[in-house]
Amino acid sequence: MSAAAAPAPVPQPPPAFEDRERVRRELEQTWDQPPGLVPWLTSVDHKSIAKRYIVTAFVFFVLAGLEAATMRAQLARPENNVLGPDAYNQFFTMHGVTMMFLFAVPIMEAMGLYFVPLMIGARNVAFPRLNAYGYWVYLCGGIFLYLMFFLNTGPDVGWFGYVPLSGPEFSPGKRADVYAQAITFTEIAALVGSVELIVTIFKNRAPGMTLNRMPLFVWAMLVQAFMVLFAMPWVATATQFLAMDRLIATHFFNPAEGGDALLWQHLFWFFGHPEVYIIFVPALGFVSSIVATFTRRPVFGYPVMVLSMIATGFLGFGLWVHHMFTTGLPQLGQSFFTGASMMIAIPSGIQIFCWIATIWAGRPRFTVPFLFVLGFVVLFIIGGFTGVMIASVPFDQQVHDSYFIVAHFHYVLIGGAVFPLFGAFYYWFPKVTGRMLSERLGRWNFWLFFIGMNLTFFPMHQLGFEGMPRRVYTYLPETGWGDLNLLATLGAVTIATSMLLFVINVVKSLRAGLPAGDDPWGGETLEWATTSPPRHYNFEYPPVVESRSPMWESGPEMPVVTGLRTDVRDTLVTTLLDAEPDSKHRHPNPSIWPLLAAVATTVLFVTLIFTPWGAVIGTPLLLLTLLGWGWPRGREKWEQQLVESEA
Amino acid sequence: MTASGMLSLIQQSHSVLNPSSPQARLIDRLWDAMYLVSVIVFLLVVAALLWGTFRRRGPEAPETDPGRERSLTTAVSIATALTVLILFGFLIYDVAVGRQLTRGFGKEALQIRVIGHQWWWEVQYRDSIPKNWATTANEIHIPAGRPVALELLSNDVIHSFWPPTISQKRDLIPGKDNSLWLQADTPGVYRGQCAEYCGNQHAKMGFLVIADRPDSFASWLARQRDTALTPTTALTRRGQEVFLASTCVMCHAISGTPAGSRIGPDLTHLASRQTIAAGTLPNTRGNLAGWIVNPQSIKPGTRMPPNQLDPNDLQALLAYLESLK
Repeated sequence: MSAAAAPAPVPQPPPAFEDRERVRRELEQTWDQPPGLVPWLTSVDHKSIAKRYIVTAFVFFVLAGLEAATMRAQLARPENNVLGPDAYNQFFTMHGVTMMFLFAVPIMEAMGLYFVPLMIGARNVAFPRLNAYGYWVYLCGGIFLYLMFFLNTGPDVGWFGYVPLSGPEFSPGKRADVYAQAITFTEIAALVGSVELIVTIFKNRAPGMTLNRMPLFVWAMLVQAFMVLFAMPWVATATQFLAMDRLIATHFFNPAEGGDALLWQHLFWFFGHPEVYIIFVPALGFVSSIVATFTRRPVFGYPVMVLSMIATGFLGFGLWVHHMFTTGLPQLGQSFFTGASMMIAIPSGIQIFCWIATIWAGRPRFTVPFLFVLGFVVLFIIGGFTGVMIASVPFDQQVHDSYFIVAHFHYVLIGGAVFPLFGAFYYWFPKVTGRMLSERLGRWNFWLFFIGMNLTFFPMHQLGFEGMPRRVYTYLPETGWGDLNLLATLGAVTIATSMLLFVINVVKSLRAGLPAGDDPWGGETLEWATTSPPRHYNFEYPPVVESRSPMWESGPEMPVVTGLRTDVRDTLVTTLLDAEPDSKHRHPNPSIWPLLAAVATTVLFVTLIFTPWGAVIGTPLLLLTLLGWGWPRGREKWEQQLVESEA
Repeated sequence: MTASGMLSLIQQSHSVLNPSSPQARLIDRLWDAMYLVSVIVFLLVVAALLWGTFRRRGPEAPETDPGRERSLTTAVSIATALTVLILFGFLIYDVAVGRQLTRGFGKEALQIRVIGHQWWWEVQYRDSIPKNWATTANEIHIPAGRPVALELLSNDVIHSFWPPTISQKRDLIPGKDNSLWLQADTPGVYRGQCAEYCGNQHAKMGFLVIADRPDSFASWLARQRDTALTPTTALTRRGQEVFLASTCVMCHAISGTPAGSRIGPDLTHLASRQTIAAGTLPNTRGNLAGWIVNPQSIKPGTRMPPNQLDPNDLQALLAYLESLK
């Protein structure tokens, strides 16, 4: 980071029109990303990268959905023959791994990577090249996983990969290695994303956007990013232990050699439970944004909302043992985790109460994003209640690993995260593309999704009670599970139809949707202050923030920062708490090195599956690309002058 | 008991919500309470949401009127306080149930060892005199009305023991001794299934808990302790020869014969069991034949290999196995 010792810029009234035109022309030139393959591969624009992230994650969402649909076809009737056990076990593992690692976490971070800089009035994320690297690693990991799946080497040990089943003795072949390494890829991407978000939020906020004026969405992404930062290393440790057990015969998890099978479960769930909140907390941010805009008032109880999200972030790390209530841990210790698991319902409840209060006090507009928020509240409460129930040790010991759990977490994850996400798609699509999505198709999308979701997952509560365990590829006719399973399969068809409508809506609207304008909904936050779609430089002049609702209280005539150079990629760095102008940060130009480094990373990880020599081949390659990435390019003329004048 | 009779018995007693034991009943009551409270709160919250959304709005004071903000604060605070109270109620009730479930069960409890295998259950009735040990598979006979302490071990990967109507579940973890006590109120057949994903045939790793009247349990156990019946007819003698001369002996044991391998289920009293292939098929001659000849078509991936037997040998083998009462 090069921080020039220029005098700190000061807020100014909006400059005159001619100035704006000149600044716009220069910024266009400086931040330009011409069409073509090479600029595309070297892009460091957070919006381009986040868009790719979102599209890629959505493709994985569709793939995982197709896997789910195939499983539902298999389970529609007892002793069905759509998938055999070997294929089914790969399918349910791929469904889980894809949804968790390739869809949910990346798409939530991608939404943050797109909108956080816009909402805080920044030109880009803090480390644009690292951001590109994160995406390329994620893409390579996803392609690698699906390539192996199509080669019939997809993981078949469950997304939770319990040892010893995933260990060398009971999973010979490469499937479990593919599992461990695919997770490593996504861990790196997720960590990169979280570092980007934290630093961008802390250091690149518009002047005046003190911490207590930050939009709730930005708070949500900040909490999520910290959770990623503290959760991912645990699963990285676990999967690396597993990879070592499998590749070089260590015995971390082998009880016969002093290892421990339960160690894996502790490590995995110490990540795995926060993971749920990593997915859910950004959704809280979407909901707050949508509720505020469509009730035309700020969300009620801002400090309580922020504290609730932070509390969720902390408590999320204290619950992992509730995934292990049947492993025979001591009763007293388990009670602690029951208490913690029930406690986390409190911040969730408070937020729901605050939104209801906001809606009550505001004037709701029944747009599609708002419908998705209403659907979210209803579904999430159901998932929340079953969550409180399974926090109870005795009750959980009955329904653990049964279809009751499948029902529970789909209510939490689809109701709690995917519904807000779709609301967010409809809400921000105009900003990203400049065109509105069709409201009519959107309503069909919503209602089919809502009905299909309940049709699929509500019967599963009962199936769990009737003794149907999870992860079974079939069941016997005399179990009596056939009818409810058929109902669930019909629900899955309904969901698939709603998704098809969404895709049609997107394709149609991209071509011929209504032009959106800069601020079609009358939004509260800064992303609506710029063009739709935003330029590569986001804002001609970084805005200056005077309140929590800059668009409503300052409007289009809000004061701005002038004095930043337009011929180089200058951005403003502000202080952490009060967002006072601090220094300037020269952003890097496009570069191919992030992509090359990601490819080298991929070579390292993939070869390591097959031989320990992979480290010998891959590490120098990776170091070489990092060297290229960091190679000094020499100073520009003005920098040289500055250094000389100081000397 | 006929196969269909057995299955209808299972169907009657299948669900967590249809408990047949003191433990399952405690949990069922806990569920009832949580369910009732949840439904009420759910309806209240959804009603508040819908009312807040659709209420008639007149020309109103500015959106951040201090009086209205205060009343909103009161409403949110009351709702939060109620949430905390309800959660505390749940917590206390839950811990109380947990304590009752983990209470000791006294010396009168019958000890049974259950060992999980991919993908079947080994069941051992141990005794201070080793001669009196009895080993069976996939069917756990217990005396009705008496507590039973299960010792749960695993030989390979993690499994989980779960007969929903009479007990909560407990994992079988390699390198860790787990235990669980259960008790069935009335004689009957209670179906259960492995609940922890354990590989290829996790779906077909069922078992039956068969609660007998105490006297019939005692006679059942006495019979299980005996060595296998010696074949008495020419056909069954031939069948025993086929068994001992084929690959069967690589994995299976029949006490009183040289076959002593413990890799697969003990077949000493195979004919006394109601199902084969871990609760997957009724134990009939046809099913047994199909299982021996081509087990992979019934449980793809099972450790049991297909067996190409001469038809006459197969008939003799079946006759022998069916004589192992």
